[in-house]
Amino acid sequence: MLGRSANGVFWMFRYLERAENTARLLEAGFQLALTRGASVATEEWRSVLVTIGQDPDFAEKIGEYSGPAVTNFILRDRENPGSVMNMIENARTNARAVRTAITREVWEATNEGWMTLKDMLARPIGEKNLGDVLAAIRQQATLVRGAMEGTMLRNEIFNFARMGTYIERSDNTARILDVKYYVLLPSISLVGSSLDNAQWEAVLRSVAGIRAYRWLNAGRMDARSIAEFLILDGRFPRSLAFCGGKLRSNLASLAREYGEETPAHALAREAGVRLHQSSIDEIIEQGLHEFITEFIGETLKIADAIAEDYRFTA
Amino acid sequence: MNGATSEIFDEMLDEHGQVRPAYRGYLSWLDEQDESWLRKQGAKAESVFRRTGITFNVYGEAAGEERLIPFDMIPRIITATEWRKLSRGIEQRVQALNAFLHDVYHRQEIVRAGILPEYLLRDNDAFLQQMIGFSPPGGVYTHIVGIDLVRTGPDEFMVLEDNARTPSGVSYMLENRETMMAMFPELFSRMAVRPVQNYPRRLARSLSACAPAATKDRPILAVLTPGIYNSAYFEHAFLADQMGAELVEASDLRIVEGRIAMRTTRGFQPIDVLYRRVDDEFLDPLTFNPDSLLGVPGIMDIYRSGGITIANAPGTGVADDKAIYSFMPDIVRFYTGEQPILKNVPTWRCSEPDALAHVLDHLDELVVKEVHGSGGYGMLIGPAASKKELARFTKKLRAKPENYIAQPTLSLSTVPIYTKAGLAPRHVDLRPFVLVSPNGIDITPGGLTRVALRKGSLVVNSSQGGGTKDSWVLED
Repeated sequence: MLGRSANGVFWMFRYLERAENTARLLEAGFQLALTRGASVATEEWRSVLVTIGQDPDFAEKIGEYSGPAVTNFILRDRENPGSVMNMIENARTNARAVRTAITREVWEATNEGWMTLKDMLARPIGEKNLGDVLAAIRQQATLVRGAMEGTMLRNEIFNFARMGTYIERSDNTARILDVKYYVLLPSISLVGSSLDNAQWEAVLRSVAGIRAYRWLNAGRMDARSIAEFLILDGRFPRSLAFCGGKLRSNLASLAREYGEETPAHALAREAGVRLHQSSIDEIIEQGLHEFITEFIGETLKIADAIAEDYRFTA
Repeated sequence: MNGATSEIFDEMLDEHGQVRPAYRGYLSWLDEQDESWLRKQGAKAESVFRRTGITFNVYGEAAGEERLIPFDMIPRIITATEWRKLSRGIEQRVQALNAFLHDVYHRQEIVRAGILPEYLLRDNDAFLQQMIGFSPPGGVYTHIVGIDLVRTGPDEFMVLEDNARTPSGVSYMLENRETMMAMFPELFSRMAVRPVQNYPRRLARSLSACAPAATKDRPILAVLTPGIYNSAYFEHAFLADQMGAELVEASDLRIVEGRIAMRTTRGFQPIDVLYRRVDDEFLDPLTFNPDSLLGVPGIMDIYRSGGITIANAPGTGVADDKAIYSFMPDIVRFYTGEQPILKNVPTWRCSEPDALAHVLDHLDELVVKEVHGSGGYGMLIGPAASKKELARFTKKLRAKPENYIAQPTLSLSTVPIYTKAGLAPRHVDLRPFVLVSPNGIDITPGGLTRVALRKGSLVVNSSQGGGTKDSWVLED
């Protein structure tokens, strides 16, 4: 396949994943804001922006940390390059550019998702319809994933798409954990208090992990086991361990098809070994923030190596 | 505007209001259908098109603005007998076009014979010096041709325009048929309609048959597109997809070991046949427009040394501009030794003083077109024009007469479209798609019917409010 197409498929799925994760993060922030007073809510909205790296832009352009201002900035502001609408648009533009690499079903799901959301996000979003919009974003992303699963040949194209998904997802989970951990750090001593629990629940909700976590950790809700869950639990589809494992298996499948490994394979393996050999206690001891910073850096390196090894650009 | 109402040929009803043979089977089916169900099907078609992304970008509108070409669900029907004659005429014309192209780039017998004035080649931007003395692989210049036809009588089709560069619209032909088959499957089991769906396979086969000397094994095909903002991008992607070819952009290509190669995830892979949907001017910045980002520097050298086949060949535009068009009957006679089966529309070449005088005198009756224009842009429809427009064109004609030709306002045939008030006649044209390879000329039965949806309008261009229809050729 063309290097440009590999790049297009890779980024199409990165954008879709990022759009979905942004919506989930916003949803968690929204739920938290609903249950808190306005002053706390302001902090919560700000932390949503910090997590996705949009706080500086927002502060400069809007500056008022209210629910409607933040949600509209994140969801539909055309001047915000990281808005969900712009990401959906980017995903669709990439899909159009690689139209010959994806099935008709995948294209139609992407195109329909874009049409639906463009329509929904044409007007300002208020509290009343925010839930519907966020649900629609999740649903559209799910439809594309389903079309992928059901119609795409398991070949190089599929592998590049999946690598985009898992690189983006592990990056997003890592960032959520990093920011939230910081925000919540002062309250670690308050483990077990209701305020603390609501915060941690929001973290789990933003990675769609609340139910899985509860099921695995009946009744417990503490920073350490949540961090363990999000970093090391290979059963949870948004954990760093899970994403890393999938990424390596897609890379391996690509190496089988092409008959050779590239530097990206070695990098991904090293990262995997490091994660595998760490326990949550070691990670917390050495500093969660340092650990995550390093992890995000490694992920970036792997993504760059993939782009280089497979000639994404001239 | 209605030039001559009495002379308009309706393809469904004869002058006594009787249904012509072509439409009998279809109308008897239509009569059995429930009105509200039909209406619903029509609305469904539009949502199918939008979801599939069969859109085109309109030049001059906001970037990324995508529009649908309206689709009318009443098929345009041609009988087997009508088609046989028509396809013989098309074949003859396409043969002549290729022979003409070979001649103008070699001995120019047609100029020597005094049939074509030499200046029409010399002063023609589409005539490429780089093609002189070169014979493209397989001897084929126009691998894909679209012949625009209008029907003016029971047995009379006229050629409005030859498209010998990069004719577009074939994806609409294919999608229209697919949509019709999805909406009305029982109709196709009841009526014997000749299939069009194998066009992409035939295109791939036809292009492969023109592979260059350097080809090893099975020829590798690629479609070259200017990119996703091109008005026909959907079609480029569609054809590449259906042919199993790569859809490449200029940035994917470079010269590697004397071949044009595409950058794949595993390194550079040579391309044998490039179906390019990029104009000549942009094809090679080293040879033509130096600012082009859409082309491949050096591709003309590779082409001339037998490293790649470019389809259509560069320089074919010299055969389809409107000044050459007016010579087509002579061109057909000269190269085939036969009388042209398809008529030309009478054409005044404004470069000739007598013709110019006539055109200026009768401007309000004529259609004036730019010699190098396309897509219905920059043309004047005399009978529909305001005084101001007529005055503006008079000025233009006087200033640069050689830029224009004029033709009588044609009475294009009508076919029915579906409206809320029932069937209503609208003017149509027809663009059959023709493939040329060393193995022969292959015409897909039917083609693209464009329809002027506004009552009385004669402009069928999609950029000017035209729609499309499925076009049927019935089996014997």
